[in-house]
Amino acid sequence: MSDTVLELAGVAVEYGRRGQRLRAVDGVDLTVARGEIVGLVGESGCGKSTLARAAVGLEPLAAGAVTFEGRAVATLGRRRRPEFLRGLQMVFQDPYESLNPRRKVGEIIADGVRLGGGSRRDGLRRAAELLERVGLPATAAASYPHEFSGGQRQRIAIARTLVTRPSCLIADEPISALDASAQAQIANLLSELVQDDLGLVLVSHDLSVVRQVADRVAVMYLGRIVEIGATDVVWGNPRHPYTEALVAAIPRVGAGVLPTDLPGDVPDPAHPPAGCRFHPRCPLAQDSCRELDQRLAPVQGREIACHIRSGGGPP
Amino acid sequence: MDELLRVEDLTVALPTRSGYHKAVDGMSFAVDAGEVMGIAGESGSGKTITALSLFGLLPHGARVTGSIRLDGIELTALSRTQLRDIRGRQIAMVSQDPATSLHPILPIGTQLTEHMRHHLGVSKDEALSRAAGLLQTVRIPDPEQALRSYPGQFSGGMRQRIAIAAALAAEPRLLVADEPTTALDVTVQAGILRLLDRLCRERGMAVIVITHDLGVMSATARRLYVMYAGRLAEAGPTAELLGRPRHPYTRGLLDALPQEGGASLVPIGGSPPSLGQVPAGCPFHPRCRYARPSCATERPEPERVAGEHLLACPPDPLRTPS
Repeated sequence: MSDTVLELAGVAVEYGRRGQRLRAVDGVDLTVARGEIVGLVGESGCGKSTLARAAVGLEPLAAGAVTFEGRAVATLGRRRRPEFLRGLQMVFQDPYESLNPRRKVGEIIADGVRLGGGSRRDGLRRAAELLERVGLPATAAASYPHEFSGGQRQRIAIARTLVTRPSCLIADEPISALDASAQAQIANLLSELVQDDLGLVLVSHDLSVVRQVADRVAVMYLGRIVEIGATDVVWGNPRHPYTEALVAAIPRVGAGVLPTDLPGDVPDPAHPPAGCRFHPRCPLAQDSCRELDQRLAPVQGREIACHIRSGGGPP
Repeated sequence: MDELLRVEDLTVALPTRSGYHKAVDGMSFAVDAGEVMGIAGESGSGKTITALSLFGLLPHGARVTGSIRLDGIELTALSRTQLRDIRGRQIAMVSQDPATSLHPILPIGTQLTEHMRHHLGVSKDEALSRAAGLLQTVRIPDPEQALRSYPGQFSGGMRQRIAIAAALAAEPRLLVADEPTTALDVTVQAGILRLLDRLCRERGMAVIVITHDLGVMSATARRLYVMYAGRLAEAGPTAELLGRPRHPYTRGLLDALPQEGGASLVPIGGSPPSLGQVPAGCPFHPRCRYARPSCATERPEPERVAGEHLLACPPDPLRTPS
């Protein structure tokens, strides 16, 4: 696609733990286009946050490459971040920790302008503009972060990323720390921003919100993508057994029944199960699942990594 | 069923720099044995302060009026020592963050047996074997090993299940769970909701679930109390309340949820008032799209509109002829 802003190819990230290597992300391909929201979902420990950090260059890659607007994203080191990467920004989960409590909101936002070579006055003017863009009064610039609620702080954090006029945002659980009504406000704000020709990767364990705003959704399990496709296709009829279990576990208003439980925990990524990584928890598991490594294959308009469902066995 | 807890006209005023302000203002509710009851509302609505007042664990200087009766015993009249005997034994709490409710450098076994031994007076071996049984109940694999492990060795979902096991250790009759699944994955959440449901049915334990997630409430709670700015907005049987909400705030909370049809989220405009800045009249009126002039001056009291259904909104704009 010509309007692809961010491309991840075969990305792997490893951590060292007590002398052994732990592969938190293992060979992920993902593209994000302008004007598109890609949802990244999965249980905690599946590597979605690590992948998000790797996408902006906060984690060194063990394999693969990340390309932003046609140029390689280098891992953040001691050197200054290259100029072209200013268009790739990250929104963090906790707006209580990501804003400096001792600086005024306007100053926090103006920093981005000054780093780009603008004056302090330009910065403060732009801060006022952006605060209004994210639905806060321009006068908020003169206040400190603690004077705002969680939802308002997350707006401030988003305004800060917009200073550089980014073409791609990576948002790691941007709404999980917020109240239900603030969640809806931030989800709507993110969808609005994307219409300004921005690509967005939305990492979240809250599937129902991803479903609401994402154009495409990628489901991760233990470092790999197990299902990826258009959101309504994946949601309407999940084909990977793991996606099915996730969707069935969402409590629904008015359902009147308890959501379905997926027994077991995500295995230790230092010792991933052989074959399909989901097989110890999978209701469809067969002997072949313990041996065959799964690759994404197209099935019914999306891709899944399950040979049972993609034609290697009974549906 | 037997009524276990009855709270009448509970008001909690907290000290702030600008004097005392009411965090909970005239709440009344009841819980039956074996029932899951839900309290819903945004942050700052007074849900957690309501819960903490049952335990006498309010911030220093808090002023409590009203009545809290557990099985006929007036908790507000008890001394600190008497209350300590009730806590853990009769009522127990699970908080949102298992990282704060479990001690990081004590083995799980010690944490599970300490109040069991204190309240039930059982021997150490007996307590340890009971603790292993509890871990099995909350589905922790290899309970014997887990008793010798530390909280940091478990995932968030497992830590929350261990925290629930610790709360259940002295076989309380009422469990108060404050956002027990908010920090967890949906799959683990489903497991914990099923566990709470089972404990109610098998042990006749009562549970108060406090959450802002109406989806969670819908599946588990029989009755629901919706709080706003420290007051009751609406209460009733969950199915009725969520199926046909009468209070504009309940309606707003439901509209803010992702819908099955994929319609866009409708947030409630504005944000809840902070402590000490609660508007006069109906506290919700500045955010209410049905507000009338009288809403800004007249304080609405909860009134019975049908069966168990209570509503604190005299204009009743969402009323449907039934």
